[in-house]
Amino acid sequence: MKFKFKDKAITGMMVVVPEQERLFVDDMKMFNAPENRSRKLAMVMGYNAHRVVEDGVCASDLAEYGFKNLFETGKIKPEEIDALVYVTLSPDHFMPPTSCILHGKLGLRRDCFCTDIAQGCCGFIVGLLQALQLLEQQGVNKVAVVNADVLSRKVSPKDRNSYPLIGDAATITIVENRPGAGDVVADVRFDGTRSMALKVPAGGFRQPSTPETAIMSADEEGNERAPDNLVMDGTAVFNFVMADVPPMLSDLVMDAGKDFAGIDKYYFHQPNRFMLQKLAEKLDVPYEKMPNNVVEHYGNSSGATIPSAMALNDFESLCRETKKVCFSGFGVGLTYGGIVMNCGNFDFCETINYPNKGE
Amino acid sequence: MQQQIVEILKEIRPEFEFEGVENFFDEGMLDSFDLMTLVSTLDERFLIKIDGTDILPENFANVESIEALVQRSKKR
Repeated sequence: MKFKFKDKAITGMMVVVPEQERLFVDDMKMFNAPENRSRKLAMVMGYNAHRVVEDGVCASDLAEYGFKNLFETGKIKPEEIDALVYVTLSPDHFMPPTSCILHGKLGLRRDCFCTDIAQGCCGFIVGLLQALQLLEQQGVNKVAVVNADVLSRKVSPKDRNSYPLIGDAATITIVENRPGAGDVVADVRFDGTRSMALKVPAGGFRQPSTPETAIMSADEEGNERAPDNLVMDGTAVFNFVMADVPPMLSDLVMDAGKDFAGIDKYYFHQPNRFMLQKLAEKLDVPYEKMPNNVVEHYGNSSGATIPSAMALNDFESLCRETKKVCFSGFGVGLTYGGIVMNCGNFDFCETINYPNKGE
Repeated sequence: MQQQIVEILKEIRPEFEFEGVENFFDEGMLDSFDLMTLVSTLDERFLIKIDGTDILPENFANVESIEALVQRSKKR
């Protein structure tokens, strides 16, 4: 579905990553593959270090920490927030909605609209889109979009397919009406026929968790995981991204009255370096216009990767100048989408650590 | 070129003999991770950029199919 908006802007961005860092050189000791083979793969995919939460830490803990930092430093005030859009695949509970838990902890107004959205890799696009729609309502001036996930808690450490790339993070994106900000063009598409390509099979109502769903077994590539763990058909997801994302982006950029060369920066979801380089080649976009280093520094934190890429690579320039940017997310759902808009002159754009609590 | 391709394959999986094999994936000689390493190495050694939509197991099933893909990629 295509969308168009006018005079709306991102005005600030906060990224919260756990202080705890895991290194690929340590991870690979758990994999059922020779060290030399793992090292070669790491070079190609960009595996290096990833940030994961300590036991018991939830995604909303990271988000709460980020909000409190913003309140304490006076960057935003709780009473200014008209809506809270919380995007996650790792909710604190089945009920209540995590946005409601945060609403209470942050002391937001009773008329602050709260909603949870279950989206992952495309979660920044879907969350931002929800914020843009809310800003069309009279009286709504400031929306906080939270992308937060702690999917490391759902990935088997013996799964070479997923564990070395997974990261945890929460990001807070402030979106506001801003006269003169220009047009925003968006497109989001879905292919539910391939929805099982990325999944956590057990733990919901279809297959509740039991002692049996925690039992690990090895797949044909030697990865060990249980039905309680995240599982990804990497080949299917890769082929989906290469075949379906470029035509969608081509339409989107054209709808924005541009061509690929006319976009200053491409902030895309960060699955791994290899996929992003191949995507850049398909779009004929120079690698330097499309950052691909989030997996290497923090890991793939689902919907939080796009703000992470922005804050990691361009935190200074995003507070100083405005660029024409193209966002794109793709993955679980299967969901894929993009947004083209002017972006910059942020009031803040920073990354902070969520401190370790253990001894 | 076939000899170069075999050498690259042996760098990735030195424990196997690749000549004359019909399907590396069916025989368990390559997996999806090896495929990414193989594409990256072929790009680098043959100064090509294999198109993302060509990264399918059938294009890397044996030495002949890899050679055909490299030749196609050189023409782009």
